[in-house]
Amino acid sequence: MMIDPAFLGGQVFNGLSVGSIYLLAGLGLALSFGLMRVINMAHGEVVMFGGYIAWLVMSTVHGPPGLPLAIVAAFAGTGVLGAVLEVGLVKRLADRPLDTLLATRGVSLIAQQAARDLFGATGVSVTAPAWLDGEWAVLGMSLPYARLFIVAVAVLALGGLALFLKTTRVGLLVRAVNQDRPIAAAMGVSVRQVDMLVFALGSGVAGVAGVVLALLGPVTPTVGQGYIVTAFLVVIMGGLGSITGTAIAAVLLGLVSALAQVFVDVSFAQVIMLVFVIVFLQFRPQGVIAVRSRALDA
Amino acid sequence: MTNGANKARLIVVLMMSVAVVGCNKTGGSGASDAATGDTGGDTVKVGVLQSLSGTMAISEVTVKNAEMLAIDEINASGGVLGKKIDAVVEDGASDPAVFAQKAGKLLESDGVATVFGGWTSSSRKAMLPVFEKDAGLLWYPVQFEGNECSPNIMYSGAQPNQQIVPAYDWAKSKGYKNFFLIGSDYVFPRTANLIARKHIEGDGLKVSGEEYEPLGGTDFSGVIAKIRAAKPDVILNTLNGDSNVAFFKQLAAAGLSGDKLPIISFSIGEEEAKSMGPSLVAGSYAAWNYFQTLQSPENAKFVAAYKAKFGKDAVVTDPMVHGYIDVYLWKAAVEKAQSFDPAKVRAAAVTLADSPTALGAVKFAGNNSLVQTAYIGQADATGQFKILWSSPGTIQPDPYDPKAFPGKTCVIK
Repeated sequence: MMIDPAFLGGQVFNGLSVGSIYLLAGLGLALSFGLMRVINMAHGEVVMFGGYIAWLVMSTVHGPPGLPLAIVAAFAGTGVLGAVLEVGLVKRLADRPLDTLLATRGVSLIAQQAARDLFGATGVSVTAPAWLDGEWAVLGMSLPYARLFIVAVAVLALGGLALFLKTTRVGLLVRAVNQDRPIAAAMGVSVRQVDMLVFALGSGVAGVAGVVLALLGPVTPTVGQGYIVTAFLVVIMGGLGSITGTAIAAVLLGLVSALAQVFVDVSFAQVIMLVFVIVFLQFRPQGVIAVRSRALDA
Repeated sequence: MTNGANKARLIVVLMMSVAVVGCNKTGGSGASDAATGDTGGDTVKVGVLQSLSGTMAISEVTVKNAEMLAIDEINASGGVLGKKIDAVVEDGASDPAVFAQKAGKLLESDGVATVFGGWTSSSRKAMLPVFEKDAGLLWYPVQFEGNECSPNIMYSGAQPNQQIVPAYDWAKSKGYKNFFLIGSDYVFPRTANLIARKHIEGDGLKVSGEEYEPLGGTDFSGVIAKIRAAKPDVILNTLNGDSNVAFFKQLAAAGLSGDKLPIISFSIGEEEAKSMGPSLVAGSYAAWNYFQTLQSPENAKFVAAYKAKFGKDAVVTDPMVHGYIDVYLWKAAVEKAQSFDPAKVRAAAVTLADSPTALGAVKFAGNNSLVQTAYIGQADATGQFKILWSSPGTIQPDPYDPKAFPGKTCVIK
């Protein structure tokens, strides 16, 4: 079978674009797992609320400022949601990680039903702004602006997060808590506040994922469920809490799924992706990047 | 052993025997209700089983609304055989296993006389053994892939020869030669595409791609790349549920909207067009047995009644009308049979004369499927469809396409 190089190139780009969505969906999970070892089953619903916030903003604010405003509003809105979840529930169960799994699963179900009651079971549709229609023709490939935009958002989110963790004082505290929680606490770091901040930050990034998903598909009460499994895969493959590892794993999974689609249909591409993850973890159970954290030693 | 412990044991044994007897009793009465369909008293229970949540909710909630509208109308005008209809509404949750479980609950513990519901063929296939085991009767309102023939299901939606094949013939008459098939990954799209492929290749035309997306899937990047490479004249789209939103959005983002590349959809009606955003589907085609724009007094009356109950912005679709008329046809069959017994109702249903409905004059054929007309419509900017073509008359339903399933026929005694 002769494969058209432009088609193959297009699929590599599609892989990057799908990987960007996985990354945005997975970053928040990686943060909260790395720092707190909390498995947040309600993470998908944070993505979902990001989508609904995008819908609310973009159906009130028309024109070019709508989308940037939606991203800011979704980041802030879901960030607050994350903070509330952390303070109200996760913090109280911090010593019982398995219980957080169940409790956040409950939150997930409640959030889905809340969205159903608030916005209707049939879901809503966000119309992408006109400047995202069309595509960029390059090297015989055509790259839709909407997908280029998503890649850009993911790169910005990743860069912003890395910069925040590397250069700011708060970022320093986060890294300190991540490396050794008891010692950081003994040195006077307010561990609880750092936890809340990281949880809120991770939720905010998930909210942004919700906005970009709304540009490509429907916003429904169960939209988050479709991404939560992949997000977990990305986090596990990335090395449980490593930001760089998460980014590499997200792009890797995106590429595997897109390149598999050169030969098989979407359904079977998912099978191939799952098999890839299983085989990968057989040979490298610590993930792409092994994280050395006292939090993971216990 | 103390006297107290003995007492406690006795109490436990007594409670358990009460529970066992209790279970037997509900189980027994449930089964006999399903057999006779008569719940006694002055009401008759029926089941309404659609997905009120999950990926199919976008389509199925409105079918439930239409079925409830018919039930309310019938109750307001005196009920069926002097009994008011008591609807038990259940959520199939877009999950075939839930459909099967809820169907069992409706038939066995609620003891309903009949059930209206289902959308995806996976949900119907999952419910079929339940209805056959409990000798119930399911009224199924959606177009489907045929290749099934059960005395326990009334198939009011289109058979392939009433939707897919006419749509293909229409596309052929427009001069399209290169077809691309895209569908959700379950039994309807796979069988529909099998039939379409047999017809396309039988006519010496080309199928340049056949792709499947998991039900509810939203990533079409690869599919669109393949469409671009295949350069088809027309796409036959059997995607279901809100995957369609993602497909049309990503097509538009890739500069392939409906006005540039003809798409004939088999599961996009007025409701889906409205909730997807009409501009997204404008210019694309749909094949159905009903459009809201059909001109007839019965249709005007139905649309007005639906809008009066669900708001003036509400729209109606083919499966909704089928769900609505199913309730009326059940009523007519019950009255003809003078019984709620599913077997007698089924026998009466297939011998009813033509009934005037919003679809036009329709009746059930001996194979439990509806004799009806096929239409092709084109979506406009408001999410309504302009009817471009209709079959020359009503089409006799045939569950077994002769090219895809040669030699099979559906005979129900």
